[in-house]
Order: sequence, then structure tokens, then C-alpha cells
Amino acid sequence: MERIFDEELKQLRQYILTMASLVEEAIFKSVEALKQRDKSLAEAVIASDKKIDELENKIDEFCLDLIALRQPVAQDLRFITMAMQSDADLERMADLAVDIAQRAEELIAQPPLKPLIDIPKLAEIAQKMVKEAIDAFINKDVELAKKVMLADREADALRDLVQKELIYDYMVKDGTTAPRAVPLILVTRHLERICDHATNIAEDVIYMTEAKMVRHHPEKL
Amino acid sequence: MSKIIAKDLNLWYGAFHALKHIHLDFDERRITAIIGPSGCGKSTLLRVFNRMNDLVEGVRMKGEVLIDDKSILDGGFNDLVKLRKKVGMVFQRPNPFPLSVYENVIFGLKVHHLAKKNDFDAIVQESLESVLLWNDLKDKLRKNALGLSLEQKQRLCIARTIAVKPDIVLMDEPCSALDPQATLKIEELMQRLKKEYTIVIVTHNMQQAARVSDDTGFMLLGELIEFGKTVEIFTAPKDKRTEDYITGRYG
Repeated sequence: MERIFDEELKQLRQYILTMASLVEEAIFKSVEALKQRDKSLAEAVIASDKKIDELENKIDEFCLDLIALRQPVAQDLRFITMAMQSDADLERMADLAVDIAQRAEELIAQPPLKPLIDIPKLAEIAQKMVKEAIDAFINKDVELAKKVMLADREADALRDLVQKELIYDYMVKDGTTAPRAVPLILVTRHLERICDHATNIAEDVIYMTEAKMVRHHPEKL
Repeated sequence: MSKIIAKDLNLWYGAFHALKHIHLDFDERRITAIIGPSGCGKSTLLRVFNRMNDLVEGVRMKGEVLIDDKSILDGGFNDLVKLRKKVGMVFQRPNPFPLSVYENVIFGLKVHHLAKKNDFDAIVQESLESVLLWNDLKDKLRKNALGLSLEQKQRLCIARTIAVKPDIVLMDEPCSALDPQATLKIEELMQRLKKEYTIVIVTHNMQQAARVSDDTGFMLLGELIEFGKTVEIFTAPKDKRTEDYITGRYG
């Protein structure tokens, strides 16, 4: 039986998808700004953040209205609480994209330290995780959500590798590289944090779909 | 600890199979809500526990129902008066007798000779205090109970039920005749009463079940489809039929 409430839940889903596509675009552009040393892309990312912030508020208000007026239970309740958590994760990802864009601006103003190899790889993992977390959400795909959660380990390992290289091969050997190495270290940190937020969304998908709380409980996977 | 246990309970009204293979285990001093659409058998199930269905012509039961490990369908409680002292009931419409407040509270005690006359005053005070009516009515104990507000009447009926010191209080839609404010007060009262009594409530109001109960059972077409902790039933029910009912998809 289709309820009027179902229309509202579809609307909520649409809001999340709109927000997710804006966030994916911001991450993509921030990484491109860094790779291509393109200042205009970095500026575009910074400018797009306001819209994403507003969308987060809109989604939260909509969720609160639904809770107050429809008194949802069971899967409806799980979906709405997931939406409220996921929009916060998406908003944080957008902030991290802004952080990456700002680091890119700092780096563009200086000569390149080294060719970027592993950072684009880490960016690729992050973008894939975000995309798959959102796909898992759309399709209520628990297997895909689990895949996202596992990919996070790969991201962590790559971040450690890049950071070690920047510290020991550059900063320790030649202190003058620090102004270029530190922003790159921060970029790896931002990308890894994006992966963490994608993991949160994947965990929420599992809760929404199977009512299993796997956040902080990987053994329940 | 288990207070009420049913094993493969079946009940027929004539040829109509109203309760089908019910297995349940209600813990003591908890509030258990039974929910389900009209005609699902929830009131029938409630009325099994104090054998109110016996009054219905053509009723037949099979299976076992134990209260404190004693069978109530045979042997253990041959004396229905004893059973109904142990298992009190509160109905949908507040139904005080056309007597004074005082007489209403001691009615059961007098009928069953459960207390000495000298103790009546103390029991009336204690019972009315339990339902938070004492302060309002202590100077109006001789007033006719029919003149009370609906909510006060329902509280008085609960006081009358607990005056005979039952273990279990059955409530059949106890708030459906009350406005939201009175409903809230009765719900608060239930939370207080569960410290001493095992309460089973049948309700159409799912928000009420969610608010007041510790455990919830969902019934459909005479079957107990799902039984569990209320918080689990309302966040993550296991059976799709429960999910469809509580989210309003059933129909």
C-alpha cells in the first residue's frame, strides 16, 4: 500500500542524492585542482561549499519535520536517522574537499616538489569509496557497503606510505621542502578522512537495510 | 521471572478459530503490549488470562496457560474468583459502580471477604494514593463515583482493581475513551504500577504501545506473529508482517 509518507521519503532520498552528487563533484574538482595545478578549479570548490551547507540544513529540517509529524518506526525510522547522519558525513566530505582545494592553492603558488603518483591513487580510492557508498545507499546494497568498509584499510595503508615518504625522503633530508611537503601530507590526511566518512555512510546503509549496528563493531560484518 | 506462560494455546468461538497455537512468556513486573488490527484476537488473548471468555457461549480452549507455573485452564485455578483476584482487569470505558468512591474501592474486598472492616479505610487510602487520586478525593470519598471526570473514573477503576492486591493487571484499551492529557496521566500511572504489578495492555494506539510497554506482541488473524522487546519491535521488527503493520503499510 503506497502511503503519502512514501512520497516524502522519496523526496528525502532525492535530497540526499542531490547533495551526494555535489559532494562527489567537489572532491573530484579539488583533486583535479591539485593534479593540474588549476587555481580556478580550487576556487570553484571553495565557492560550492555554501550550497552544500544549505542543503544539509534543509535535509535536517525535513527529517525533523517527518519525525515530528509522521512518527516513523522500523525501516522508515532507520532511513530517516540514516539520512540525518549521512548528510553530516557528506557535509564533512565537502569541507575536506575545500581543505584540499586550499592546500592546492598553497602548492600552486610554489614550484612542484615531486611528480604526484600515490596521492592521485589515494584520491582515486576515496572517490571510488564515496561513489560506491552512495550507490549502496541507493540500491540498499549491503554487499557493496561491506566492500566500501574493507577499502578503508587500503586507504589507511596508502596514506601511511605517502606520509612516510614525504617526511623521511624530503623533510628530514632537506628542511626547505617543508612548505611544499606539509600541504601534501595534509592532503593525504584529508583524503583519508573522506574515506572514513564514506565508511560511515556504508555502515549506515547496513543499519538501514539490515538493522545491524556495525559502526564500531566490525566483528558484526 | 516468567509470570504468564502459554503453550500451544488455541481458542475457538464455535467453529471460528480465534487464537492459533499461541506460545508466549511474559515476565513479571513488566508492561507487555499486545497490538494488532481489529479482530486479530488480542482482546480474546487478554481475556484468556482471567478466563473472561468463559462467559461467551460456545467457547472452547486447548493448550496450556500457566500463571506462576499453575495451570489456569484446568486444576490450578478451579476457583475463578481466586483467579480474578490474582488477575485484575481494567476496561475500555471507565465503569465505576453507581456507588460512592469509597464503596467502589472496597467493592472487591467486601465481595470476596478479603479484608476486615477495620482495614478498609487504610486500603482505600493506599489504593487511591497508588493511582494519585487520594489528594483530590480524600474529602469526597462519600461522593458518587459517577460524578467524577472520565480520567478520574478510570483511575478509580484501576484503584478498585488493585485494592484486592492482584499480581497481574490486564488493561483492554484503557485510554481509548480519554483525551490525550488524561491518556498521558494514565500512562504515567502504568509506569509507576509496574513496580508492583505485571501489566498486560491491549491497545490500538501503536504510539501508546511504544511509549508505555517493555515488551510488545504483534497479533494477526489469531496468531502471535512476533514478540520481543518493544524497542526492537519498533526499530527493527524481524517479521515483515509486523513491519508492514507498525509502519502503516498493512491493509
